Amino acid sequence: MKRLPGWADYILIPLLNLSLALGVAALVVLAIGENPLDALRVMIEGAFLYEGAFGYTLYYTTSFIFTGLAVAVAFHARLFNIGGEGQAYLGGLGGLLVCLAFDGWMPSAILIPLAIAGAAAMGAAWAIIPGWLQAHRGSHIVITTIMFNFIGAGLMVALLAGALMRSGQSNPESREIADAARLPAIHDIANALGFDMASTPLNLAFPLALLACVGVWVLIWRTRWGYALRAMGESGSAAVYAGIPVKRMIVTAMAISGALAGLMAINTLLGAQGKVVLNFPSGFGFTGIAVALMGRSHPVGILLAAFLFGALFQGGTELDFEFQTITREMVLVIQGLIILFSGALSLMFVPWVARRIGRA
Amino acid sequence: MTWLDALLILDSTLRVATPLILCAMAGLVSERAGIVDIGLEGKLLASAFAAAAMAALTGSAWAGLVVAIGVSIILSMIHGFACITHRGEQIISGIAINILASGLTVVVGVALFRQGGQTPSLPREARFPSLDLPGSVSLAELPVFGPFWAELVSGHTLPVYLAVVSVPLVWWLLWRTRFGLRLRAVGEMPAAVDSAGISVPWLRYRALIIAGILCGIAGAFLSTAHGAGFVREMSAGKGYIALAAMIFGKWRPWSVLFACLLFGFLEAGAARIQGTPLPVIGEIPIEVVLILPYVATVVLLAGFFGKATPPAALGTPYQKER
Repeated sequence: MKRLPGWADYILIPLLNLSLALGVAALVVLAIGENPLDALRVMIEGAFLYEGAFGYTLYYTTSFIFTGLAVAVAFHARLFNIGGEGQAYLGGLGGLLVCLAFDGWMPSAILIPLAIAGAAAMGAAWAIIPGWLQAHRGSHIVITTIMFNFIGAGLMVALLAGALMRSGQSNPESREIADAARLPAIHDIANALGFDMASTPLNLAFPLALLACVGVWVLIWRTRWGYALRAMGESGSAAVYAGIPVKRMIVTAMAISGALAGLMAINTLLGAQGKVVLNFPSGFGFTGIAVALMGRSHPVGILLAAFLFGALFQGGTELDFEFQTITREMVLVIQGLIILFSGALSLMFVPWVARRIGRA
Repeated sequence: MTWLDALLILDSTLRVATPLILCAMAGLVSERAGIVDIGLEGKLLASAFAAAAMAALTGSAWAGLVVAIGVSIILSMIHGFACITHRGEQIISGIAINILASGLTVVVGVALFRQGGQTPSLPREARFPSLDLPGSVSLAELPVFGPFWAELVSGHTLPVYLAVVSVPLVWWLLWRTRFGLRLRAVGEMPAAVDSAGISVPWLRYRALIIAGILCGIAGAFLSTAHGAGFVREMSAGKGYIALAAMIFGKWRPWSVLFACLLFGFLEAGAARIQGTPLPVIGEIPIEVVLILPYVATVVLLAGFFGKATPPAALGTPYQKER
């Protein structure tokens, strides 16, 4: 098959897939008996225009950057890590345990980095086991990561309703962590600097997510390890022939992938919520798959796709308030369609576009 | 524990295992033809919704069952269109179907019924009744066999019996018919089937249609036989447990049935032992029991006991030589 020029491959095709997904979603809205343009307007207002809306959008973007990068790193080695949900959940546990142990006396400057490391470490640990099983025992990583999502969820329910449950509470959730462990909110910083900004959950995890994008870019395209990773993804046998330690690479790729997913937890635990609540990743690990697919596993693409999904999620909550008949689950529909069109059906448009370009 | 207690546990095991058996058989047919089916969960959820919605609108559980099967087949065909026709990534397509189902069921449910994504609860007439087999009254007085017949065998809803029948049916279809031989061949070495002049895509599409039918029945069971209406996320991971059971049963019908019953037994048993301390190990949280199927599957896949070998061509799209 002829390769498409870069602009078509990286811009035209994703846009086509996105429009197709939005088009089908619009048909669903029509079928319900509402005007899709009204719904779109409500979502845009909800995501950008209302006071504080943009902060919420960027807050969700932060989570999606982490889970999207997690999927992408593994995907460069043709490893399909769909365990981001569980890894993020366990990442929350890692960060929480650090806070519970040290937040009584440790100063922020040490405590916060330690908690971040804890989240990354637990996320990594939850991905290393499937990685190791894939590398050394040949268990299919997709199945094991699915199973680990459920095992992790069960474990967290047992802990949050048991040993880690806040005393005198009936909800399964942890106690709040000390202020010293909290990442400062962006609006607090802005207000301190004299800017007027509405209160939103956006916090310093956002710049950390941007840093993670840069870090992943350097790692994948500017290091020997990244080269080996991509070589492995292109051709496993060539990688073996070139002396790349494939088994070790699988485990380390999964570790980094899991660590990134685990970092999603700092946005919620150290940032917005200050505690671990039941099912806090709320499907964002799976959204990471859509983000990585749309972003073509490149940090720049992931940043844009995460922003798109951030806007969709924040705009989607507005649907609940404005309509009787459309709910925020509409966003899930769009998400599923995007995964379908830009993932499973990604090749559908390629011959068509190639013909068009060839004729022009 | 008396004989009656044991029968009651087995009885609830069978009920819990019913959707697992149907979905696992669906997965088995699909995967034996070389198509990975992560979308079992989505098909189960969507058909549960379709069955309840249709039953609520028409008052007929049968209409619900038909629509459930229809919806499930449509999702199967989307999967086929992506994976067979366009040779897309099968796992991604399955995930898309699951997410789509979890969004659409709520969106359509709210639009139709305005009850926050639920369907109205179904009256008795709009559900599948329990069937009393002949002899459930007259034989009940017999020792040992009487309670066995009356409590365990008789008194289930139609989908439960369909689930039980689906196992020998799938076995017969796949191992005793020409279609089944070809279907299994297409999952092992599609090129050989192709060179015999048999269409690989059409065989795989038919496998997906069968899978769709089985998942549809499972969905109807959840909302119109076991339950009385649809609630959000009703499938609650059962599609994934069925996937696990299918792997645990090594893609063989009778072993898969055993795995489903085992996983069903764990769930049914977990509800019973909750809060009661066991000898030696003490009290176990129910969550720990509920994750055992997943743990068992991981351990099996790791090859620590037995070995699970999937069909050779599983997950690889077939491309004719050009």
